[in-house]
Amino acid sequence: MPLDSLTTHCRHCGQPLLGAATERGAFCCQGCAGAYTLIHDLGLDAYYDRRPAEAAAPAVADDGDGADPLLGLPDAVAVAPDGSCLLRLSVDGLHCGACLWLIEAAVTKHHPEVQSARANLTTRCLTLRWTGTPAQAVEYARLVTGLGYRVAPFGGAGAGADPAAAQERALLRRLALAGFAAANVMLLSVSVWSGADAMGDATRTLLHWVSALIALPTVAIAGQPFFQSALAALRAGRTNMDVPISVGVLLTTGMSVVMTAQHGEHAYFDGAVMLLFFLLVGRYLDSRARGRARSAAAHLLALNQAPVSVLGADGLPQVLPPARVPLGGTVLVAAGERIGVDGTVAEGVSDLDASLVTGETLPLAVAPGTQVFAGMINRTAPLRLTATASGEGTLLAEMVRLLEAAEQGRARHVLLADRVARAYTPVVHLTALATFLAWVFLGHAVWYQALLIAVSVLIITCPCALALAVPAVQVAASGRLMRQGILLKSATALERLAPIDTVVFDKTGTLTLGRPDLVADPTLAVEELELAARLARASRHPLSRALARAAGPGPVAEGVVEVPGGGLRWLGPQGFVRLGSRAFCGVPDFANGDTDEGRAGPELWFSRCGQPPRRFLFTDRPRRDAAAVVAELKAAGYRVELLSGDRAVTAQALAAEVGIDIVRADARPAEKCAHLAALRAEGRKVLMVGDGLNDAAALAAADVSLSPASAVDVTQTAADVVFQGDGLAAVAETLAVARRARALVRQNLAFTLLYNLCAVPVAIAGFATPFVAAAAMSGSSLAVMANALRLGSKKPRDGGYR
Amino acid sequence: MNSLLFLIPAALLLGGLGLCAFLWAVRDGQFEDLDGSATRILYEDETPLPKRHT
Repeated sequence: MPLDSLTTHCRHCGQPLLGAATERGAFCCQGCAGAYTLIHDLGLDAYYDRRPAEAAAPAVADDGDGADPLLGLPDAVAVAPDGSCLLRLSVDGLHCGACLWLIEAAVTKHHPEVQSARANLTTRCLTLRWTGTPAQAVEYARLVTGLGYRVAPFGGAGAGADPAAAQERALLRRLALAGFAAANVMLLSVSVWSGADAMGDATRTLLHWVSALIALPTVAIAGQPFFQSALAALRAGRTNMDVPISVGVLLTTGMSVVMTAQHGEHAYFDGAVMLLFFLLVGRYLDSRARGRARSAAAHLLALNQAPVSVLGADGLPQVLPPARVPLGGTVLVAAGERIGVDGTVAEGVSDLDASLVTGETLPLAVAPGTQVFAGMINRTAPLRLTATASGEGTLLAEMVRLLEAAEQGRARHVLLADRVARAYTPVVHLTALATFLAWVFLGHAVWYQALLIAVSVLIITCPCALALAVPAVQVAASGRLMRQGILLKSATALERLAPIDTVVFDKTGTLTLGRPDLVADPTLAVEELELAARLARASRHPLSRALARAAGPGPVAEGVVEVPGGGLRWLGPQGFVRLGSRAFCGVPDFANGDTDEGRAGPELWFSRCGQPPRRFLFTDRPRRDAAAVVAELKAAGYRVELLSGDRAVTAQALAAEVGIDIVRADARPAEKCAHLAALRAEGRKVLMVGDGLNDAAALAAADVSLSPASAVDVTQTAADVVFQGDGLAAVAETLAVARRARALVRQNLAFTLLYNLCAVPVAIAGFATPFVAAAAMSGSSLAVMANALRLGSKKPRDGGYR
Repeated sequence: MNSLLFLIPAALLLGGLGLCAFLWAVRDGQFEDLDGSATRILYEDETPLPKRHT
């Protein structure tokens, strides 16, 4: 790290210092200083060398007083029969190899009783195993939180392994088995084909029997996922792609065994295992891509289940899970803590970050009697709440339920591959039946020969390439998107994205950064701004931060008092200086002669003795590439709309800035849904991009939805696609990839259809030897896969796609 | 053709060994965290890391 960055950036978290810290040493806050000391004392300073330059350590939040939510941890510990304890913790802020090393080393360093500590970067989960009592969990968790990471019990279910992960592991084992079998059976088959003339019958039968020995267990084990899915579909009276796959594999294997037993010339074991291998490759990649998105969602939900502290009848606080808080109970909320229940403020004055619930970025001032909701974050001062609803009864839980209902409605979308399979399966089976009848009655063949030919029709039409056509493209597309930080959460998202013709943006936090910035004011004197910034640097309020950012680094005033719900007060050499709301600074509503309400954004007032009050205006700037992305989308023929809950003036101004012509402002959540429904009724396919909880229902009401990773958890859960980074380029990229993927899927389907049109007559005529079948099958599969890979190979949006 | 009698078992044995090793690795959890493993290899405990050149 260069020397100058040491002096201007926090030594622990690397955030730029906002003046305040220079006097306390090179740290931005007490928490970071504490974490640095802890790391230094453990002798783990190498962490600072090891972490990547762009990754900063998590900034440590000051938890303030109040009960410790970690006290609930021992309940989540699983005790094995041999007395060892196991705990899985979800760790927030884990993002590089150095974090893994730091956490593992910190926990094991002075704790010989810890048998193993293993952090997982993919699932952001820490698995701890130790001998002793479950109560020690608190100690370990406190160590990790002391380093600046937030922890919560993983998945709520204690040590229970994730069933989806176990399923994925089973899939990988099957894939390995199928790969092994395919390679070895192919080896034997190639020798049969190449020695077809010289080889004696006995040798060939021996090779067939060896193949059977490998292929039969493989089909029995590796084919299970397909057989189970096919059975489930048939029981429900439907067909899916797994039905022709299962029929094909079983018939191929069965017929090959019969042929081998009769010393026949042709056995199709290679075809059966190769088919399974190719299909399992597609399934495994698909499952991995979606597993990652799923683990991200589970991680977010786990961190929101933090226990709350309730004041018991004996006057002592006790820690309870949010769902078990009694109605009317008194809940203590420390500064910096997330509120876990709905309730009214009984005691205390504070500012709440209500963005999760209302979508509003500016803090909400609360006083006794104010109604607050679960999910809000208490910022400035401790509060006592009287709980009015908890657990499933909260507004937050209600919204999540509404979302789930909307999600289910959307799950009716039928995958293209399944629609093709519905048409394909009966055609294939009828063709095989017709072949059999034709050979028996028209060709006067012996019945078992006719049966053989009919089965070979089924084998050659076995939808290997067809079954790969869609997943291969989806894997390539989701892999490519994931490399750019775009997670596809829903399996059908890509297909639903392709026909989109209308893109609707939310304003705050989506088109804009959702962060206020000071509006430049030419009449503002430098020393005035500097004095205001000295006060502002002492506060974490978003407007104060914006003011401090605009003024640049500098000293901080000593002894600034933060009045919750009001502002900042400081006794300077020239008397009191106040920075805060209009009322706090004692400015009457009509003062300043300034009625320019059209400009109204968030504002701060600044008052000094003997000077007229001064107003600072703030605005929410658009994301840096918002205008470029909107222009690109319009050029690509999309209709772009802005749908905002904000006032018309603000929405119009932003729309003009980024180039959106169609604006709807003043829309409440229900109106947003109605507007989207109206658009869909016009026959449009709508993509909604939004980030607030107030958008969540609208996201679920659109055909497809995108949300930035900075969005609140519930919204991310509702969205089909989540993108990272602070640019909007992901929107255009996702749409481009989806359209490209649709084109490739169509090419693949057309190709497999063509292949079948060529291969089926050969099979009907009775010329389909195992060699022909294997060559045709692998040839078509490889062609389909290669075609799909074209999606991942090209550079993003280099113009080569259009 | 007698050579087949031991060549085929030998080939299957070798392939089977590879398969067993892979299955062991899966069971051992080595495929659980591909991102983490990719960076873990860079860190050797108890030996100081050379300073990063930026």
